[in-house]
Amino acid sequence: MRWLSWAVIALVVLWAAMPSLFTGYDPLAGVPAEKLQGPSAAHLFGTDAVGRDLFARVVHGSVHSLSGALVAVAVGLVFGTLLGLIAGSVRGVVDEIVMRVMDVLLSVPGLLLALTVIILLGPGTVHVALAVGVGSVASFARLARAEVVRVRRTDYVEAAFGSGGTFAGVLWRHVLPNSLGPVIALSALQFGVAILAISTLGFLGYGAEPPTPEWGLLIAEGRNYLATSWWLTTLPGAVVVAVVLAAGRISKEIR
Amino acid sequence: MSLLDVRDLTVAYGRQVAVKGVSFTVGQGEVVAVVGESGSGKTTTANAIIGLHPAASGEVLLNGVDIAGWSQRRLRSIRGHGIGLVPQDPSNSLNPVMRIGRQIGEILKIHNYGDRADIRRRVIELLTRVGLDDPERRAGQYPHELSGGMRQRVLIAIAIALRPGLIIADEPTSALDVTVQRRILDLIDDLRKEYGTAVLLVTHDLGVAAARADRLVVMKDGLIEESGGVREVLAAPASPYTRRLFQDAPALTARPYKPFDAAAEPAIVVRDLVKEFGPFRAVDGVSFEVRRGTTHALVGESGSGKTTTARVVTRFAEATSGEVVIGGDPAGPRAFRRRVQLVYQNPYGSLDPRQTVAAIVEEPLRNFRLGDRTARRARVRELLERVALPGTLLGRRPAELSGGQRQRVAIARALAVEPEVVVLDEAVSALDVTVQAQILTLLEELQRDLGLTYLFISHDLAVVRQISHTVSVMSKGRIVESGTTNQIFDSPREDYTRELLAAVAEPVR
Repeated sequence: MRWLSWAVIALVVLWAAMPSLFTGYDPLAGVPAEKLQGPSAAHLFGTDAVGRDLFARVVHGSVHSLSGALVAVAVGLVFGTLLGLIAGSVRGVVDEIVMRVMDVLLSVPGLLLALTVIILLGPGTVHVALAVGVGSVASFARLARAEVVRVRRTDYVEAAFGSGGTFAGVLWRHVLPNSLGPVIALSALQFGVAILAISTLGFLGYGAEPPTPEWGLLIAEGRNYLATSWWLTTLPGAVVVAVVLAAGRISKEIR
Repeated sequence: MSLLDVRDLTVAYGRQVAVKGVSFTVGQGEVVAVVGESGSGKTTTANAIIGLHPAASGEVLLNGVDIAGWSQRRLRSIRGHGIGLVPQDPSNSLNPVMRIGRQIGEILKIHNYGDRADIRRRVIELLTRVGLDDPERRAGQYPHELSGGMRQRVLIAIAIALRPGLIIADEPTSALDVTVQRRILDLIDDLRKEYGTAVLLVTHDLGVAAARADRLVVMKDGLIEESGGVREVLAAPASPYTRRLFQDAPALTARPYKPFDAAAEPAIVVRDLVKEFGPFRAVDGVSFEVRRGTTHALVGESGSGKTTTARVVTRFAEATSGEVVIGGDPAGPRAFRRRVQLVYQNPYGSLDPRQTVAAIVEEPLRNFRLGDRTARRARVRELLERVALPGTLLGRRPAELSGGQRQRVAIARALAVEPEVVVLDEAVSALDVTVQAQILTLLEELQRDLGLTYLFISHDLAVVRQISHTVSVMSKGRIVESGTTNQIFDSPREDYTRELLAAVAEPVR
């Protein structure tokens, strides 16, 4: 089963990189005569209310969701690890201040925090990604700090200072690489969470503008036809679920 | 008929065979020591006897009944009743959230010893028997309220609770200080005399085995190398491996004392050193001098302040008051690191697991910008050769090296910047005797060739006797006695020193 999660992620990445390899339909232009058709050989995921091929929209939409998630994880990983590294290695007052701020961030529900950031920045794909990233800084910082504190106490770090290493040099050469393992595992997990969060914000209408085929937006658009055309919500939803589960599975493996 | 008769016992971990057809017997009231280096299969043998690890083949006859194939359920009737087990690590072997009295009572309850009052009476009796003061109070305490030696006594109380015919003691004293170790071994001895219990003593400490056992079983790589009466084996070991082992053991072979030249200038001067942690004085007015090119040992039990002293000397901790002068003049923090290097006890923890051997040894050279890339690479090769490691190890990571090899890498790293002083904090304590002997020889060679000054921190008096020129005995943060190794070992003035020495095996006393 291990290959399956990697295969799912690889497939979605390929969709994002070369969408035209997977579908010949235009994600934006519909054929009104073929509207609201169920899944078939011609339209794998069926068509929507204006006759656009849903599979094409999912494939073309993957680039928005993936790049958004990537930006979100990058923001969380870089800033979170940096804050954790500083807090865990300097300790003292700096540690207290940074970590208490992180505690406050953690105490606010993620969605609320992301919405607050979006209200400050305004809607848009990049802003949504940033907002989700900010929400994950605290968890990254906490984990990174715990790891740094552990590694800082080891003999080999002391030995590195003992052989004349400078503070920054030892952090860079010994503390950071040895603390990073669990943080990388968390970033794989956060990748899945970010896709979900971005889709949620897209669903709420804060992300990409229609007719951009973003996954969350696809599900939101399909909502109106829930009673008559199940595939409009279910199939993009299933894709999101598969990607999120695969990312979680990979994270577990890395750890 | 022997009490325990192990016949052709084989034990495997998956595909790896750890014990390969071992046979020996333990008679009534006899102490048999199973000795060997780590990985020799001695603990696995002990675990297989009591069924904690299933035997792949062979027989374990207890009073003539083969228990090797018994189910866990059936074995339960034997454990505690027929065979008592004293585990290795007193700090991990007691349930931390259960009172001492209940933990001892548990084994009595399992074996239906009697009603609550009977059990309670027996628990107090046992605690008294293993020499714990105020047994009523001890029974109500939790493990963390007891010292390591006291916890080991509790474990012994559990092992003897049902007066089993055989006690298996797996490294019962390895985690304890020498004086405590002696008292625990005396206790086991007394109990054996009193109840006629046989003891299977699993130990890596040849000194302990030689002093306490009737018979020796020497194991190597899952096989019995040699067995027989202690005196016979010690006097005339038949196998070359056993001979090597005995020669290498500092506790069994007395070497001549090192000549001490008082004329050399001092390389380390420590004056009135005090180190406080809050209200606690870890080091309390310690002063000593170490002559250039000699080895000074700080010996003492855990908590004596010897490691704290080493950390202050190496400037990993700051002194509360007093001074440390190295090489005659004060040096700046970076210059200081070139003069003084520290080698740690645990070679598994002191090397960065992500670095290669080459990167580890090169690191100090990079930090001090000594030479360009090619020069550094040449120097790393030279250093590895210096510590007798093959150049093929350069690309390996610490996890791919043995303990002895790792310690050699750590020494090579310490030597990279050509220090004057090397502080060795229990640097050979975690190593097997043969490896330990090799590292000690290496340290002696390096001292002779490079004129190094060593500050040698150790709890192991036998090792100290072998390597050091002068000794300071520490207790409770103070230096109790100091002098040349010869003086300390042959004519100790203080009672505490005498007590420490009494715990060491006879030949080197």
